[in-house]
This record gives sequence, structure tokens and C-alpha cells, in this order.
Amino acid sequence: MITKRIIPCLDVKNGRVVKGVNFEGISDVSSPVELAKYYSESGADELVFYDITASFEERKLFTDILREVASEIFIPLTVGGGINTIEDFDRVLKCGADKVSVNSGAIKNPSLISEAAKKYGNQCVVISADVKRVDGVFRVFSKGGRENTGMEAVSWIKRCVDMGAGEVVVNSIDTDGVKKGFDIEMLSAVLDAVDVPVIASGGAGGINDFVELFEKLPSIDAGLAASIFHFGEVTIQGLKDELYKNGINVRLN
Amino acid sequence: MVAIIDYDVGNLFSLHSSLKMVGADAVVTSDKDVISSADRIILPGVGAFGDAALKLRETGLYEVILNEASRGKKIMGICLGMQLLFKKSFEYGEHCGLGLLEGQVVSMHGRLPESLKIPHIGWNGLHFSKKSDLLKYVKENDCVYFVHSFYAENCEDSLVATTDYGREITAMVEKDNISGCQFHPEKSGLVGLSILKAFCEGG
Repeated sequence: MITKRIIPCLDVKNGRVVKGVNFEGISDVSSPVELAKYYSESGADELVFYDITASFEERKLFTDILREVASEIFIPLTVGGGINTIEDFDRVLKCGADKVSVNSGAIKNPSLISEAAKKYGNQCVVISADVKRVDGVFRVFSKGGRENTGMEAVSWIKRCVDMGAGEVVVNSIDTDGVKKGFDIEMLSAVLDAVDVPVIASGGAGGINDFVELFEKLPSIDAGLAASIFHFGEVTIQGLKDELYKNGINVRLN
Repeated sequence: MVAIIDYDVGNLFSLHSSLKMVGADAVVTSDKDVISSADRIILPGVGAFGDAALKLRETGLYEVILNEASRGKKIMGICLGMQLLFKKSFEYGEHCGLGLLEGQVVSMHGRLPESLKIPHIGWNGLHFSKKSDLLKYVKENDCVYFVHSFYAENCEDSLVATTDYGREITAMVEKDNISGCQFHPEKSGLVGLSILKAFCEGG
């Protein structure tokens, strides 16, 4: 039966992975290629590369790096950050990305989702939503979580799926960085509303948080995290072994 | 040399890279002479069956593939490329494929337990139905990466591996010189690379 996916996320700026990484056996800890290889070899099911650069020159460097990663690592690659147009989709797909994640770009121009889905297929379009509770209501935030769009999150996500998004990443701003577990309540609300794969993001502090995620939400498809993997607090292999022991189906080969 | 057929459906960067990784001399091409002179052919593809089949016909690649197949050249279809090897598909209407394999392509909708999501996206285990040299480096239950909403059925004749997604789903087929993977070997880590390696080995 299909396995639950574990997905590390790498923020890339100026061709380097930001947020220090501390592993033995990696000579260059901020090289996206070295890190991607390390994660791939240790059992990551997919990698997310987040482009946090701003200028045109830096963006070109990002695609060069992506091409290098894609020519050496043979697991699915998702790219996010700065995706505002169909040309942006084209740019990263040509460099070996398999899926493209849109966030603020879709909020500014929702038809980006339907256009991209039509051109590249639903499986290629991932809607990533930064969500936070405001007066008890789930609201979508844009610009890296800084700006409240006023939109209700579950209906926004559902609308994106109806327009053709083939996968959803829900990043809970409320649990992000707190390291006390994923936002089960928020994820559950999204899972009830859509029938495409949903990836949980925000809040992983340790192995038990992933066990809780998959036990409490049997229909969640994947767990995404950054810092706990980068800082070596949790290794992907160690996490998967533990999930397996808890009866959760993961890929071990 | 391995010719990866380029007919403007999907991104061939990773497939090309993965073949280079296993030591194959691979080219991405739509040139009929290059395809005819290659000793192996890979037919990739993502998107809709009807559009892809039409493109193969319009470009004349349809005849080239059939011709090379009848000469006994090793041909592997990947994902939609595998589905195109069959006689028929019922993806939004009824379309004819290359007819190199017996069987038909049908939608998962209505054929899976309701709790399962469509498309089938993610890593799932391979279960062997028949011995195949393409799987010589692969172990039972090794996982590979799938992304699809349609699958081949009534293909017992060529079936070599299935995967379990609420029911048995055709994962890999092979008959004589014609083979296909429903999953993406170029995105399936070392297991996927080993299948491509096996395809490129031998006479």
C-alpha cells in the first residue's frame, strides 16, 4: 500500500542553503547538491527547494543549482518561492523540477493555478498555504506569512483544488517554529474539504510529532519539515524506522 | 545508444540525466533517423492519452515506433508512454494506442475504494507477477514513485509487476522486446535507476 512521505525542505539563497546545517560526512553543509544527495541517500521521499532570492541574477543562479541537483538526485523535486507566472513554471520545470508550489502568486492571480494545471497537468501544481487562526477563523496569509489576506483558508484551498491544484501543503503559522507538533485541527479541516494529497508543514519538533500526525490523521499523505532535519535532531532514516515500528507504512528501501 | 523520444509531452531532463547516471549513451530526439539507429527506445509521456496519441500520429513517430518494434528493438514506455503501448484507452473517450501490447487503459475512478485519493501519487511497493530481467536488481516490495489516474488492465499476457492501491494496479509490463513502467523509474531513487540499468544492459 502507498507509503507516507517524509519531505525535507531546503531554503536556497544565492545558490546556498540558508539556516546552518550540521551533519557529519558532509564537506559543504550549505551546498544544495551535497545536502540533497545526503537527504536522498538517507531516505527522503521528496525534496522541496524554496527559492528565497529576490533579484533576477540570483534567480538564475537558483535554476542553475536546481539543474545540478536534478541531474544527480532521482527522487521527486518540488520548487517553490517566487512563482508568479507560467514562465516561472516553465523555468523551473525545464531545470528538472517535477512539481511547482505556488503561494502568494496564486493569491495575486488565482487563474495561475488553472493555467498551469491545463498546461502541465494537475500533478504538477501544488498549492501551498500559510494559515493562521485569527479570532478563531483559519485565515490565509501571504508574503511569507506577514500579511493577512482576509480569506478563509479551507475555502481558499478548496477553490485552488477545484481550479486544478493536485496537491496541498498546509503550513500552520500557529505551530511553525514552536516544535510542539503539527496542527492536527487545521490539517483535519483541510483533509475533510479536499480529495487530493495533503502535506503537513509547521510544528515538527521530534519523531513523536510525526507518529502523532500519521496516527491521528490516517488520510494525511506526507510530513514536511526543515530545521529538525537540518540540525540533525532527527535523521530521516531514524524517523522512518520509528514510524515503521509504530505500524505506519513508510518506504524503507 | 538509447533514444528518448521527444514529442513535446513532459519534461525529459530527469529521464535523460538518469540514463546518463547508469552509464547509458542517451539522446533526447524526435529525429526518425536517430530513433531508427538507436539500439533502444524509451517512450516517455505525461498528460492526456488522446493528445499524446495524436501527437505521435501527426509527427509520424507512430510508424517509426511500430516499425522499430517489429524489428525487435527494445522499447520501454514510461507512465503515459507505457499506456500508449496498449491497444486502447478509455481516458475521456476512446482512443487507440500503439497496440504493441494486449490490454486497455482505464480510469481509477469508480474502481478503487472511495477512501483512496486519485491520482495515485507517491511511493508504493512492487509485487512480482512474473520473472523479468528488468527487475533483476529489484526486491519484492521495493518502492517506486507513481503519479497517475489511469491504469492498464486485461494485460495478464505482459504483466510482470503490480502495486497495491486498493486493488492490484499494473505497475510493470514486458513482452518480448516491449516493456513499460507505470511509475517513474527516473524519480524512483536507486530502485528506479536499477531498472533503467537493466533495460540498457545485454544485447
